Amino acid sequence: MSSLLFDFTVDKPSKTVFIKREFDAELPLVWDAFTKKELLDQWWAPKPLLSRTKVMDFKVGGRRFYAMVLPDGQERWQVQKYTSITPKSNFSFLNAFADKDENPELPGSDWDLTFSEENGITVVDIKIKNDSLARMEKMIEMGFQQGFTATLNALGDLLQSLSK
Amino acid sequence: MRRDVFQAIADPTRRAIITLIAIQAMTPNAIADNFNTTRQSVSKHLRILTECEVVKQEQQGREIYYSLEISKMKEIDKWIQPFRKMWETRFNQLDNVLATMKKQRK
Repeated sequence: MSSLLFDFTVDKPSKTVFIKREFDAELPLVWDAFTKKELLDQWWAPKPLLSRTKVMDFKVGGRRFYAMVLPDGQERWQVQKYTSITPKSNFSFLNAFADKDENPELPGSDWDLTFSEENGITVVDIKIKNDSLARMEKMIEMGFQQGFTATLNALGDLLQSLSK
Repeated sequence: MRRDVFQAIADPTRRAIITLIAIQAMTPNAIADNFNTTRQSVSKHLRILTECEVVKQEQQGREIYYSLEISKMKEIDKWIQPFRKMWETRFNQLDNVLATMKKQRK
């Protein structure tokens, strides 16, 4: 599994994040994992956070309204409005932070996801473009919190396995 | 104009210069030999890199050598690392979900 490609670049001047990752699965499975609510909620939030999707209507003009739930129960809401969908190939959405009543905090960021498969390995290319540097920094900051929590969690697991 | 580490890496020529001098300190002429561009253009990029404080100059005899300011470059890493980590964790979780889906289909 460690041979699966993972590319991650942040281009601050263009306010864009580029992410590329290979998955050891056929494209239809990966597509489902990105576009079906029950599956998304299983992996979207780095543990110990939870992803809780309240509404998901995967069609152009539809939306996903979901929360990242922190271990203390705090909810961080976001809304993703689908702007284009080419089945099993590409979709894009406008992502915005929101309050619990779904009022978006604009501007948001434009996400573009492209899927391709070769020999049973599926490649997902993600491009996240932010309208403002401040928005980008907020996204990174939230990612920092989540990444930090994930790091602490991994450390907890490691300590537990060492103490056995 | 903004002069920070992100401005430094915003340009492909500057990224290439950074990659070159990360290996060893080099004179402006030696750096310019690696590009199909004018020496003036390379000097301009070196000046920006210096202003962004990602490279340092050292006089050795009659020559000036440019080398990378490693601690500055770490700023980029620090800034990106946790965000990258979040995606790494997220994707590892997705690997598990996909493995389960594959089993269920069989």
